[in-house]
Amino acid sequence: MFALKDLYQEVIVDHNRAPRNFGHLAAPTHRAEGFNPLCGDRLTIELAVDADGVIRELAFDGQGCAISVASASLMTEAVKGRTLAEAEPLFERFHTMLTTAVEVDLLNGDDSLGKLEALAGVRAYPSRVKCATLCWHALRSALHGETGATTE
Amino acid sequence: MSAPLLRQPVFNVESLRGQFPILATRVHGQPLVYLDNAATTQKPDRVIDALAHYYRHQNANVHRGVHHLSEVATSAYEAVREKVRRFLNARETREVIFTRGTTEAINLVAQSLSGHWLRPGDEVLISWMEHHSNIVPWQMACARTGAVLKVIPMTDAGEIDLDAARRLISERTRVLGIVHVSNALGTVNPVTELTRLAHDAGALVLVDGAQAVAHLPVDVQAIDCDFYVCSGHKQYGPTGVGALIGRASVLERMPPWQGGGDMIRAVRFEGTEYTDLPYRFEAGTPSIAEVIGWGAAIDWFEDLDHDALRTHEDAVLRYAEERASEVPGLRLVGTAARKVGVMSFVIDGVHPHDLGTIVDHHGVAIRTGHHCAMPVMERLGLPATARASFALYNTRQEVDTLITALLAAREVLA
Repeated sequence: MFALKDLYQEVIVDHNRAPRNFGHLAAPTHRAEGFNPLCGDRLTIELAVDADGVIRELAFDGQGCAISVASASLMTEAVKGRTLAEAEPLFERFHTMLTTAVEVDLLNGDDSLGKLEALAGVRAYPSRVKCATLCWHALRSALHGETGATTE
Repeated sequence: MSAPLLRQPVFNVESLRGQFPILATRVHGQPLVYLDNAATTQKPDRVIDALAHYYRHQNANVHRGVHHLSEVATSAYEAVREKVRRFLNARETREVIFTRGTTEAINLVAQSLSGHWLRPGDEVLISWMEHHSNIVPWQMACARTGAVLKVIPMTDAGEIDLDAARRLISERTRVLGIVHVSNALGTVNPVTELTRLAHDAGALVLVDGAQAVAHLPVDVQAIDCDFYVCSGHKQYGPTGVGALIGRASVLERMPPWQGGGDMIRAVRFEGTEYTDLPYRFEAGTPSIAEVIGWGAAIDWFEDLDHDALRTHEDAVLRYAEERASEVPGLRLVGTAARKVGVMSFVIDGVHPHDLGTIVDHHGVAIRTGHHCAMPVMERLGLPATARASFALYNTRQEVDTLITALLAAREVLA
């Protein structure tokens, strides 16, 4: 049986209670909204990308379940300081972790997802994968110059 | 006068539960506590057996063959039409049109009325607490005809604002679509009074009874609406079947909506002659097994002592609301004076989706989200609620398990 504490790990509970990079940027260069029509959750992602394509600052705002808020909070920490070119493959690896049976142990070395691995438990709850990926869909929209994304 | 003796003298919930095999399921190692009955109810043995019996012994297409099995299937299928008529007290059997469910029944009416009843500038009036299935078909009808959609507001408690309804109903109102019992809040709406107001203005009235038929005695003649729609699967029957109960004089003037077999008298390439009610609105092979299964559900349901059943259901809902007040930070959503079957709520600091996942680990099935009623959520300023919805087989002990699970969820997250 899959234990509930594998889903609601301490890191997730902590990031839900005190989300990092929560709010808005003074001068964002990119901005997009994410919407999950299944549960009505909405969030906004704002980025400040410099001339070298590095994500210098980012912030998110909105409301959602613990999984979606913690995921957004962890995402902002994971992509801050990375280039646009690095952010996309990170999402792909994160998505793979949530949707396949690959053990987290296999994702070590260069493929390590760091603190994002706290969300690996979502894999056992297919209906909650969209909660964890909403912020990433919004991030990708923002990076591609779009204004919104839905998880449908 | 021996018939009353056949009735179950007392409402014995344990014996009833024994008739629902799925209730013995264990979820995450815990006994299942099924509190998602507004989404769909579980099915008693009698319904499951009727489906199997049909496929083992009666399966044939209806209204087509002269062979034995077709006669058997047709007579079993048509017997249910009469059961549904009696169950909802329609005037005539031909006023019962089988559909795939409530949603299809509303689409049938909205699409057919678009053909001859709605004109540019006419108004279609619905309420703020409608399910999406009583909103979207009317938006589509308005887009086709140039009619305008108007909405009766609801109060903070989740009741229809009757004064506003009186102001909104005018000679421009051609259709009133109103939900009998709100799926998101449990509110029982004054559909008889609203029907009278709309009729005085010359409008046709459709009542969405999806959530009502399992909880309230429904008498379509007493309501006096022109259309009453419901689904079998929310009343202990199979999925894939429901009905439109229509006033014959209104249905007779309505054009068919889907064309095909069974709804015709004669087909020529120059033009087709449609057949009479109710078949005119039942194109194609219907859900024969499901209709027969629904008939078994109605028989089973009507055999119960309904006064005792309602007393039991009211007591469980009241007990749930009482115990919910013990959960710190819990707020009930929808506090109408008349409610059945539904307890919608939010808990400070715990999102409904997390609640749903956590209580599931205690074996408790509840619905979380917008309940296909996004305008209700928007009106109340909530993205979502958690909803426990009850059926006749739920018990106080199950409510206790729900409350324990809610307290555990607070422990994890709040």
